[in-house]
Amino acid sequence: MLSKRIIPCLDIKDGRTVKGVNFVGLRDAGDPVDLAELYSKEGADELVFLDITATHEKRKTLLELVTRVAERINIPFTVGGGISEIDDAYALLKAGADKISINSAAVKRPELINELNAHFGAQFVVVAIDAKKTEDGWKVFLRGGRDRTELDLFEWAKEVEERGAGEILFTSMNHDGTKAGFANEELARLSESLNIPIIASGGAGTMEHFKDTFIEGKSDAALAASIFHFKEISIPDLKGYLKEEKIPIRL
Amino acid sequence: MKIVLIDYGAGNVQSVKYALNRLGIEPSLTKDHDEIKSADKVIFPGVGSAKAAMEQLKASGLDALIPTLTQPVLGICVGMQLMCKHSEEGDVQCLGIIDSEVKKFKPGLKIPHMGWNNISNLKSPLFQGLPTEHQVYFVHSYYVPVNEYTIATTDYSNDFSAAIKKDNFYAVQFHAEKSGDIGEQILKKFLAL
Repeated sequence: MLSKRIIPCLDIKDGRTVKGVNFVGLRDAGDPVDLAELYSKEGADELVFLDITATHEKRKTLLELVTRVAERINIPFTVGGGISEIDDAYALLKAGADKISINSAAVKRPELINELNAHFGAQFVVVAIDAKKTEDGWKVFLRGGRDRTELDLFEWAKEVEERGAGEILFTSMNHDGTKAGFANEELARLSESLNIPIIASGGAGTMEHFKDTFIEGKSDAALAASIFHFKEISIPDLKGYLKEEKIPIRL
Repeated sequence: MKIVLIDYGAGNVQSVKYALNRLGIEPSLTKDHDEIKSADKVIFPGVGSAKAAMEQLKASGLDALIPTLTQPVLGICVGMQLMCKHSEEGDVQCLGIIDSEVKKFKPGLKIPHMGWNNISNLKSPLFQGLPTEHQVYFVHSYYVPVNEYTIATTDYSNDFSAAIKKDNFYAVQFHAEKSGDIGEQILKKFLAL
């Protein structure tokens, strides 16, 4: 049976992990490759690297980092941040990324999804959607929730699928940072109306939240950052718990 | 031991190269016919669409060469699908080494089949000595049905071929190069054939 995936997300700035935490056993807590290797050894199913530098001068640093990750890590990883054209994606592919994640570039120019699909296949293309519940329903937001668009979450997700994304990473801005659980109602609606995998993001605080998003939210994967970075939940404990709760999981 | 990775412009050659590097092996990345023929082992990767990959193979004459190879060959993902006779993906004739169709997963399933899944009914030295828990990483929208050449199966609504073998041709649908320690063990077994 296909396992549900646990995905730690690492924020990268100038080639270093943001929110450096003192992990035992790491040579350098700010080196994303060390942290990635630790997560991979602990049983993470995939990794996401989100580059928040995203200025053109620093792209080379990111590419070097991606190569170092690809050399050392034996599980799949996604790279997001600052990708707005085919050449950006191609450079990341060549550096060793398994998938890329696009967000605002897809909103600004949806054809980019079609183009990425045609060049690299659906399996390479993750579209990240940040959305917030407003008086007018669930709207897509850009720039970490700062810019509102008039796109409806569910309509945009459908379009993203039709244009050829292989996966959707949905972050609820209402849940992100609350540690009160994922947006399971919306996740379930996405999962039932689409035929591509959905990654839940935003709201993880306890191990039960993961179980809930896999059952109630029908999510295929769950992403979290701070609870792993600050060691509030360890991946082995989480996976052991989910296994006991009869969630299909890789140990 | 000379290991060749066929580099024909379709995909994840780099990931496979890094996986081999982690095993202490420096493969040669090439589409040169003589170099491929003289290798001890040949790895034939692939991502993207079967049709585009076949076009790339034809452009360098590799479509004629690969079926004539006599050393152990390992197809990975689309590499495995290309070893078959025909793919529904772009309705394309493939290499015809294995007498099988490549089919699209039926509607109603999430496609791609993406993530970690079990392999069962293991029938090859490739899988000898694996621990009881052995999940591997898949990303694919088309599959090879179970047939007489199947040496491992995976369940995604129905069983499909997770791996096939005919004579010196081995192939895995999953990404052994991205399947953690289990994947590395399987690659090692192939290299030890």
